[in-house]
This record gives sequence, structure tokens and C-alpha cells, in this order.
Amino acid sequence: MKEALLILGMMIVTFGVRYPVLALVGRIELPEPVIRALRYVPPAVLTAIIVPPVLLRDGQIALTLDNAYLIGALVAIGVAWRTRNLLWTILLGMGVFLVWRVLTGGL
Amino acid sequence: MTETYTRKSEFLAGAQATIPLIVGAIPFGIIFGTVAVTGGLSPAATIGMSAFVFAGSAQFIASGLYAAAVANPLIILTTFIVNLRHALYSASLAPYMKHLPQRWLLPLGFSLTDETYAVVIQRYTQPDSSPYKHWFHFGSALPMYLNWQLCTLIGIIAGQSINEEQARNLGLDFAMVVTFIGIVVPLIRTHPVLLSVTAAGLCALIFNGLPNQMGLMVAALAGIVAGYVAETQLVLNHQDANIVEETLES
Repeated sequence: MKEALLILGMMIVTFGVRYPVLALVGRIELPEPVIRALRYVPPAVLTAIIVPPVLLRDGQIALTLDNAYLIGALVAIGVAWRTRNLLWTILLGMGVFLVWRVLTGGL
Repeated sequence: MTETYTRKSEFLAGAQATIPLIVGAIPFGIIFGTVAVTGGLSPAATIGMSAFVFAGSAQFIASGLYAAAVANPLIILTTFIVNLRHALYSASLAPYMKHLPQRWLLPLGFSLTDETYAVVIQRYTQPDSSPYKHWFHFGSALPMYLNWQLCTLIGIIAGQSINEEQARNLGLDFAMVVTFIGIVVPLIRTHPVLLSVTAAGLCALIFNGLPNQMGLMVAALAGIVAGYVAETQLVLNHQDANIVEETLES
């Protein structure tokens, strides 16, 4: 019973975060500044999610050559910048990451 | 050249675009299933969490708190805070989805996660006039959802047979990173976006220690504010933001 209540509560707050904003924001005319600000949501949020795993190891900044996440990310950034092609970015980034990790035997 | 968009083509495109993220979610789904049941959550509650909450990081945190015998209200509050950034996703998508009936908004709203948001915002912001973009969204969300349920089940069944270290050895945690890079980098066309990304990245590092993914929220807000302010500055100086794009790319 305790578990069922927990899941119900989690479901309500999660749905309550995702759905009402989606339903209401569409029906209200948003002021122009808000619309302009919302354009920065994708780059800001996605960057915020991926920067820590790439640059941090155990809470410390790891700007070292044996950080395969860093090397893989740098390659991915380069490929994405030149090609704007998601598939190549993923393939080359993952490839370099895996190979680098094997070569350095590390992170 | 005109493209014909159909519900099916959009659905398949959405699914295809989400494949790397689905693959990346596999170890986390399995590990969640494992960690939740070994922490004391019943298999029914574990799959229930994946089915009715469908939020990876919140689920991990919740199962950890549950194992530590934390009271339900506190776990629920934590879930709310951890998932707050999803409100940003909803607000960002709403303008593109406002014409949709409730029977679309409810499931698409329910299933909104970091990964689906990253994929579908790109589609919605493309300038073509396909009337079936929500099918793309559905094509992204449905496989993601089903995969999560399946992986949770595997995790529950498999018990301890895969641990976090083994998942990391397969490099699957890097799949999400590289996919998001592929999405963000092409967006960096103007100085305001570059500033936004820099601010978000710096703050994500600085506030990484904050509990409940608050650091993520702070970093996202910092990035949004930085981008907005920079763009406003450009406009005030009577400069066209697109002129900056050409400067940046030369």
C-alpha cells in the first residue's frame, strides 16, 4: 500500500510538471520576451546535461588525455560542426570514445 | 522538391531519430530494475514506477531514498524537484503543439523526457509545414517508453547480473552525450546561443554538487537568461542576430 501511494504521488507530480504547462502554454498567448527566451531552452538544457559527465570524474575536472569522454566529445563537436550530420557525429564520436578508452585503459 | 509527409513516415522518422537514445537508455533501465528491487521495492512497484512515472533520474533517486527508508512525502517532493526541468520542455514545445487535441496532448505530455524533448524540438522547429509532426513525436516517445518498460523488467528479472561498471564498460552512457552534442552544435549559430551554451556548461560544472538535479535546473536557467540577455543586447544595438552567424562561421 505504501508503495502504491508512493508511485501515485510520483506520477501526479511528474505528470503535473509535464502536462499542464504543455496544455496551457499553448492556449495562452505568450508575451514576446517569453517566446524569445524559450528558444534558448534546447541548447541550454542539453548542454547542462552533458557537460558534467564529459568534464567531471568523481567530482573533479578531468581535462586530461586519458579522459575518453573528453576526447570523444571533442571529436563529436568537431564532426558536428563540420558536417551537421547527427549520424556521423554519433558514429565517429562513439568510435573514438571506445577506441580511446581501450588505448588508455582508463576512463 | 516537395516532400510528402505521412503519419507513417513521420512516425518512423521519429523512431529512427531516437534509436541512439533508446540504446543509451537500455543499461539504465536494466540497472534501475535491479537497484530498485534489491533496495526493497517490490517488482510490481518497480515496473509501476517505470510505467506510471517514466522519469529515469527521478526513479533512480526515488528507489535510493526508498531503500534508505525515507518517508513517501519526501520522496514525492524530491521527484517533483528533479523533474522540474520537464516544465521547461513543455513550455518550449507548447507553441508547436497547441493545435493538438487532448488525446494527443495527454500521452505526449505524459511521456516527455530529456531524450524525447531533444529529438522532437528539432522536428517541431523545422520550417516545413508537415501536419503530422506529432506523429514524429509519437514515434520517438512510444519506442522510448516500451524500451524502458522492457529494460526495467529485464533488470528486475536479472537481479544482480549486470552492474554499473559493466554498463560503463560498454560505453552506453556516452551514447546520450554524443547524441546531444550532435543536436546542440548545429544550433550554435549566433553569439547569444554560444553564450547560452557556455553559461549553461559552466554552471552545470559549478553547481554539479547540488542535490536532486538542482544544478541542472540552475545551469539551464543560467543558459536561458544568458542567451536572452545577449540577444536583447544585440537587438538594442540594432544589430541583426543573423549577421553574427556569418561572422561566427567565417
